[in-house]
Amino acid sequence: MLDWFRMIELIDVQKSFDDGATQAVANTSLTVAEGELLGLIGESGSGKTTTLKMINRLEEPSYGEIRVNGHNVLDQKPEELRRNIGYVFQGIGLFPHYTVARNVAAVPELLDWDETRISQRCAETLSMVGLPIEEYGDRYPSQLSGGQQQRVGVARALAAEPAVILMDEPFGALDPITRVELQEEFKRIQTDLNLTAIMVTHDMTEALLLADRIAVMKDGEVLQTGTPRELLNQPQHDYVREIVEMPKRRADRLEQLIHSS
Amino acid sequence: MNESLREQLLLLPEYFQGHLILTLAALSLGIVISIPLGIWAAQSVVVKRPLLTIVSIIQTFPSVAILALVVALLGGQIGIVPAIIALVLYSMLPIVRNTVSGLETVADEVVEAAQGIGMSSYQILTRVRIPLALPVIIAGIRTAAVWTVGLATLSTLVGATSFGNYIFTGLQTRNLVSVTVGSIAAALMAVVLDSLIGGIQWLVENKNQASSEKKYKQVKYAIIGALILSISFSAYSLLPEPETDFTIGGKGFTEQYIIAGLLSAELEAAGFSVEQRLGMGTEVVYTATANNTVDVYLEYTGTVWANIMNNSNNPGRDAVLAGVTEFIEGPEGMVNIGALGFQNRYALAMRKDRAQELGVTSIEDLIPIARDLIAAGDLEFFGRPEWITLRDTYNIDFAQKLTFDPTLMYTAINEEQVDLIAGYTSDGRIAAFDLLLLEDPRNALLPYDSFLLASSTAAENALFTETLESLVNAISDDEMRAANRIVDVDGGAVSDAVAYLQSVIR
Repeated sequence: MLDWFRMIELIDVQKSFDDGATQAVANTSLTVAEGELLGLIGESGSGKTTTLKMINRLEEPSYGEIRVNGHNVLDQKPEELRRNIGYVFQGIGLFPHYTVARNVAAVPELLDWDETRISQRCAETLSMVGLPIEEYGDRYPSQLSGGQQQRVGVARALAAEPAVILMDEPFGALDPITRVELQEEFKRIQTDLNLTAIMVTHDMTEALLLADRIAVMKDGEVLQTGTPRELLNQPQHDYVREIVEMPKRRADRLEQLIHSS
Repeated sequence: MNESLREQLLLLPEYFQGHLILTLAALSLGIVISIPLGIWAAQSVVVKRPLLTIVSIIQTFPSVAILALVVALLGGQIGIVPAIIALVLYSMLPIVRNTVSGLETVADEVVEAAQGIGMSSYQILTRVRIPLALPVIIAGIRTAAVWTVGLATLSTLVGATSFGNYIFTGLQTRNLVSVTVGSIAAALMAVVLDSLIGGIQWLVENKNQASSEKKYKQVKYAIIGALILSISFSAYSLLPEPETDFTIGGKGFTEQYIIAGLLSAELEAAGFSVEQRLGMGTEVVYTATANNTVDVYLEYTGTVWANIMNNSNNPGRDAVLAGVTEFIEGPEGMVNIGALGFQNRYALAMRKDRAQELGVTSIEDLIPIARDLIAAGDLEFFGRPEWITLRDTYNIDFAQKLTFDPTLMYTAINEEQVDLIAGYTSDGRIAAFDLLLLEDPRNALLPYDSFLLASSTAAENALFTETLESLVNAISDDEMRAANRIVDVDGGAVSDAVAYLQSVIR
């Protein structure tokens, strides 16, 4: 991978709150290649969500540089930067007073697309996430199941054709079956569209199965970055070993079950 | 139909129009001012605390006091403007408070999502926070609407027409039909407004709910229909009334209503169109006449002498009349058309049997026994300079000095709960309860000759002056007492008393 393009770069980024009293993120450098899905994993308070939010300036770094698509994010107006980066929220965060179609159209509207292009794109993204616009377009979020709502959340993030998409525990609130379904669909869409994505999660299995590479964070620091295989086989840190151990043990146990019968 | 009810219903269109204008104007202004203030407060903690405190404090002021203060701040202007300002001040609290709390209760995750997809703060406010806060804001407007309809009845006190005219006239002339009609009319207007706004609130709340679409549509069409109906009805009733030639003012007691009715009848017979603005306080109606808002009303020499000219001496009946006439013709150029003949002054009155028992015919007879007697006055008598003068002139004081609403004061003397009262000489109840008016040989009590006080512009009209001059010296104490008695004691209508006076004048 000599010629890969660094779509997202974090160089020596730090973030502290309360005038330096609390260090949320310490000296973090990360690179995400174009079309790559980076899993950002850690416990709550590890700094993973803060790291994510600094990329579209929902939080401002105290030190360091962040580049998206080669441009320093601080050189762009926060609103314009955000409109060009898809964002899938932890609590889904749909607008309850907008229909499904208007939720999806929100970013294209902010970008002043013309109406025909917006409605075309809405239909396209909604069918991509399996919610045909004819059936679901006029419904309100409160009329949908949790899984359907998060599909709309994904469609909204994709609507303005962003090259980069940020996801904050996107599947965390869903029941296990819906979750697996949506994970697989998202992976397919991400690969098809060659999206560069960062997904924050605390579920190691999810990260191992979906991500191209994984960054493990603890107490504001990135302990190790590597492919799932590297983390499983060469954990360079006790904590990393600990968190990959559980999925590994479960996989072994399942394998035993299959072969013993 | 009951004659009295029919008479009241004839007034309905005018009072309805007045009340509606006040309510709609105050509510619209209240909304236009309060919602932006609420939005501002929700953005800024520095604004929020003081603003909410101020609107809450305004709310705790007695509403009558707010009205009086607004009139004073406007330099004595009366009518619809001070009434609307006071109503707007009162409508602010629920709207501001609900706007603030509505905006604050929008879920954080929704606001963060709006930020995250790239909305500016302004877009977040207009596209997300305000629409989501709307049901709460409308609930605030609904509360304000009901309050405004109720409080608008008080506008009558500053000379703005409303359903309050029914209520205050009715209370003063003890016409329960009038009070009931006014109260029901105000209540109905409040209920209609409340249901309309409540319907809109329901529509906004249920727009994005999974409720039955059929029901939603039904309610929507019902509300739209009701809105169209009310708007066209209001628009029709708000068509400007033809300008009248003269405005007759009046204070808030029976005699004033009767004389205003008499003045209207006489002027209309002379071919003028007139409107009445009654139930005002002395300060209000005097100032209104000085700046030509009111053209003529019944005033008393003692009132002007003591309350407006701030004199505490009593130079005698003729001197007071001359002094007052000179005073009112001063800077504002008002005119004393002439005294009507009767006085309405304070006089100490006793039951005849009690007076006989004590051997009392004049205030001097009270001097040795006053310390053992219980006296009653209206709400202001014992606070007026006349009481001080009376006390010092005769050097008397009573065992107890009670204050009453005038109606209850007469009941108290009639039922022998008090020994004497400070009554009014033209009051119909003096004759009805057969009370003895005590003589005042030392002239301690001020003369209160009734006279017609006209504005400078109205007095320039020769026919107007000539018409009213026919009433000068035409009504005696006994005749006015009889007229008052028709309303206060016999339960007749004001128009009956007017007819009686017309019959004695001719």
